[in-house]
Amino acid sequence: MTAPIRIRAKDKGDFVELKALMKHVMETGNRKDGQTGETVPAHFIQEVVVEAGGEVVARANWGPGVSKNPYLAIAFTGSARGDTVKVSWVDNKGESASETAEIQ
Amino acid sequence: MNHDTGRRAFLKSVLTGTTAGALVGAGILTPGQILAAWPAAAFDSTTRDAALEALYASGVIEESDRVKLDAPDIAENGAVVPIRVETDLEGVESISIIAAENPSPLAAVFELTARSLPSVSTRIKMAMTSDVLIVVKSNGTLFSTQKRVSVTVGGCG
Repeated sequence: MTAPIRIRAKDKGDFVELKALMKHVMETGNRKDGQTGETVPAHFIQEVVVEAGGEVVARANWGPGVSKNPYLAIAFTGSARGDTVKVSWVDNKGESASETAEIQ
Repeated sequence: MNHDTGRRAFLKSVLTGTTAGALVGAGILTPGQILAAWPAAAFDSTTRDAALEALYASGVIEESDRVKLDAPDIAENGAVVPIRVETDLEGVESISIIAAENPSPLAAVFELTARSLPSVSTRIKMAMTSDVLIVVKSNGTLFSTQKRVSVTVGGCG
């Protein structure tokens, strides 16, 4: 089974580049089920938080317009190889996930 | 106190107040509970202008070539359209991504801190061929750029 969040964080010298791939259906609430014809309820990540060294470095508010299994890439300063980064999300149903990784 | 220091201190107090930070670390609070509320009115908007109004009130948005949008000319699959935004503007507070013709045009709002570089990438869905509008808030001022992306197969099903 794929982890809910895969993180790759790399020390590029002047900054850290973080890429994250999140496992999520990102249902818009507009799609109809092919078999039952019923509308599939909206289910999407609303908030993503990226922390490094216990401090929030960036966050995002998302709507259902972000693609299924969302991808995110950001860059930040003030951390280096060996430090820990954390990515967490909360969706519109209140479900959440969080994952940490070491900066390479 | 210069602007950057003030902004950093402000963000620190708002985003990572020591006690709240510890509670998040302990898994007691989820980030959503301590951070700014998800802007429902903006995400529920069904037109680009309504989304902009909900996000920025009647703030003037100036088109700027300092906001760089990297998006495909043609997206064969509207379900996965890669978007990359970069700018050399200073003091960037937020970056919004809006697909004008989507049923819900606002796709994402990135909120940056004094530690963030003004560069974000993600992938969005596009229902049909449309302009993708980027709005960058920099030191309280709004700047934008846009690009027409042709969508072969819509991806908002």
